[in-house]
Amino acid sequence: MREMTPSLVRELERRIERIWDIGQQLGLRPLPVHFEIVPATVMYEIGAYGLPGRFSHWTHGKAYQVQKTLYDYGLSKIYELVINGNPCYAFLLETNTLLQNTLVAAHVMAHADFFAKNAYFAETRRDMLDIAALHAERIEQYEFTHGKLEVERLLDAVLAIQEHVDPSATEAAGPPPAPQVSRASSPYDDLWRLDQRPGGQQGPEESLARRTSLTPNEPVRDLLWFIHEYSPVLDDWERDVVAIVRAEMLYFLPQIRTKVLNEGWATLWHARILHELDLPLDEHIEFARLHAAVLQPAGRRINPYLLGWELLCDIERRYGFETLFLVREVESDVSLVRNYLTEELVERLDLYLYERRGDEFVVVDKDWEAVRDRLTNELGGNHIPVIVVEDGDYAGNRELYLRHIWDGRPLDLPWAEKTLEHVYRLWGRRVWLETREPEGNESLVLSFHPREGHRRHS
Amino acid sequence: MFTLAIRRDDWSLHRKGAIDQARHMEKVKEAIKRNLADIVSEQSIVTADGKRLVRIPIRVLEEYRFRFDPEAGRQVGQGTGETKVGDVVGRSGRRGDRGMGPQAGDEPGIDYYEAELTIDELGELIFEDLALPNLEPKRLRELQSETVRFTDIRKHGPFANLDKRRTLRENLRRNARRGWPRIGDFANEDLRFKTWERDVKHESNAVVIAMMDVSGSMGTFEKYVARAFYYWMVRFLRTKYDRVEIRFIAHHAEAKEVSEEEFFTRGESGGTRASTAYELTLRMIRERYPPDSWNIYPFHFSDGDNWPSDNERCRELVEELLACVNLFGYGEIRQGRYAYQSTLMHTLQRIGHPKLVTVTISDKTDVYHALRRFFGPELEQEVARA
Repeated sequence: MREMTPSLVRELERRIERIWDIGQQLGLRPLPVHFEIVPATVMYEIGAYGLPGRFSHWTHGKAYQVQKTLYDYGLSKIYELVINGNPCYAFLLETNTLLQNTLVAAHVMAHADFFAKNAYFAETRRDMLDIAALHAERIEQYEFTHGKLEVERLLDAVLAIQEHVDPSATEAAGPPPAPQVSRASSPYDDLWRLDQRPGGQQGPEESLARRTSLTPNEPVRDLLWFIHEYSPVLDDWERDVVAIVRAEMLYFLPQIRTKVLNEGWATLWHARILHELDLPLDEHIEFARLHAAVLQPAGRRINPYLLGWELLCDIERRYGFETLFLVREVESDVSLVRNYLTEELVERLDLYLYERRGDEFVVVDKDWEAVRDRLTNELGGNHIPVIVVEDGDYAGNRELYLRHIWDGRPLDLPWAEKTLEHVYRLWGRRVWLETREPEGNESLVLSFHPREGHRRHS
Repeated sequence: MFTLAIRRDDWSLHRKGAIDQARHMEKVKEAIKRNLADIVSEQSIVTADGKRLVRIPIRVLEEYRFRFDPEAGRQVGQGTGETKVGDVVGRSGRRGDRGMGPQAGDEPGIDYYEAELTIDELGELIFEDLALPNLEPKRLRELQSETVRFTDIRKHGPFANLDKRRTLRENLRRNARRGWPRIGDFANEDLRFKTWERDVKHESNAVVIAMMDVSGSMGTFEKYVARAFYYWMVRFLRTKYDRVEIRFIAHHAEAKEVSEEEFFTRGESGGTRASTAYELTLRMIRERYPPDSWNIYPFHFSDGDNWPSDNERCRELVEELLACVNLFGYGEIRQGRYAYQSTLMHTLQRIGHPKLVTVTISDKTDVYHALRRFFGPELEQEVARA
């Protein structure tokens, strides 16, 4: 059942030109966009992988299966998908109606504008599509050389901690801020220099540099980077896999940090642009339905389209049209909510705090400030605990000491233990994680080594 | 500046998602295999027919990472208006204990994975390396079963073997390629024919005699375990062997042959004399299954609460049986305060014959271990050595 016949594609092309005219007149400055019409399976694949042609891993297969199942049972459908880049790539579902794809195109234009203008995207790699394909090729090569299972196990471990990169680090800005190394950590350091062998292969100086930088003065936020640099056990190809996952994570991170703002922005503009298009009446009704569906509350869960859209509409009401463009340039989800969520909006959006009591989820608070504060903890990547490297030479034995920066939210301890096993795969020495007991008062240190298993030290 | 292009590529060779999905399913099956002991004794499965899908919660495939405790603390939610403090806005996904470990299925949302398998698929995993141990070629009535299996599809063949469905599909596919997605305008290249292979199997006759204690002392748990074992055994035999006969004997103070359905559903009561079942088995063998032409496998499940005066008789009969069978399996279900061995078990074990295999079951998950004990590859080796 193909909706997009050749004549409809020509009509869509005409409309997209109109959309671009209207959008530009209204002030959007998008990156160039390539549109591509694809069957549902391809749509789900790209949705599951995040990027077309990304490396193979069963977790992607799992995501693909979920997407496909949801689609097959008619539960959920991906309408639009756009890849940040220069050019951007936007995928249109071939089974969509003309109106659906028209709306998607307008939505995509606003995303492409957001990618171009929002500060958090300033340093993203616009050639990630090609880079990811090269990554996939290298990983395939490693599978060939070292065996699929070996690569899979390594990826299992790296992906388990992929979220732990430094959000401020980007590829474009060069290597992440190196941990400040105390070169003179002992008064006798200079003595080593006396031992320096000119032209020696690896003099004590070098090994010293390596040793001292293992113990950074400042905690290192970028766990993947630290492991990439200092793991005592990884081979070169394994380090490369760590670097690949890290580079791709840094590419995705701005999108994680601006989900609400970006979707709100795109929703605002697809509505505005479609109003400017002279659509026939029946399509206008279809549009109204679709737009309402996008803004449907998602049953207890926050709908980012709705939240972002309401926030932006409110900003325009209160501060005028121009402010919208400033907001899209400088804010992230956290700052957007922090700066612009008001008591009236919390009321109107019917936001609340709930918690689990027995088998039920019960609303426990409607205070707008409490809601706002909590919301900033959930958005923009703040759902990821902050884990830092304290020491890569713990106990003088090159053990890895990690610390969870406590912010009042307890870790899922069984999961943390499982994750430590993955960290061990990458570090090869005993790994430690300092956090707190769930109640938050007592310090708790987890450790893992395969010989002694998991331990908890109070 | 903007560029605009709508493209439409041929994605038909694009299979990465499907390949990774297959790897994911493979891992799901591995995970299921690790949990077979729990799954085998699952009540909902044992009472189901083969067509049914069973849902198996898998926790192994979670993608572990550092995360906050999802159970702790408050979260932001959104209602449709007028939500008040105290309103219940949802229920957790926690289900009852399904025998999959202490935290089975307590996780709402995406990290909780449930695999769906048919019982046949599950059976395949369980039976993978199970076999009737010690199977010998027998003289008489050695069966050469010939079966015809349609195994392949070809483009040429006699019209009697035309595969109509596939032919229609090919036709539709070809028309669709020409931009005319309809059925009609058949051409020779659309035609598909079934071809077959002759399967000749040389198989020895085998009979399995399933004996079950249905006396009053067999409680719900004991009966359940015995039936669960036989359920999987019957399924295993039917899956792997075309020509295995299965006879069912239920006994309390006396024994009688029953139908399969009765065997699995009927309850009885009364005292226990296991010897009656053994006598009936011996008679069956004498009358219908002469050992020189049959491989014979009697199994007996009981709680071991046999009349003490009967035990000696049992010993004699089992010794007699052991002389003519390939394997005699005795499973004893002891739970809680009865978790020591019964005198019947003790009596049988004293026989110390390599073809006599006993197993004690005290927990639901032992059903799987019993299956492996009787039919697993380890036993095959043991018997072979003996």
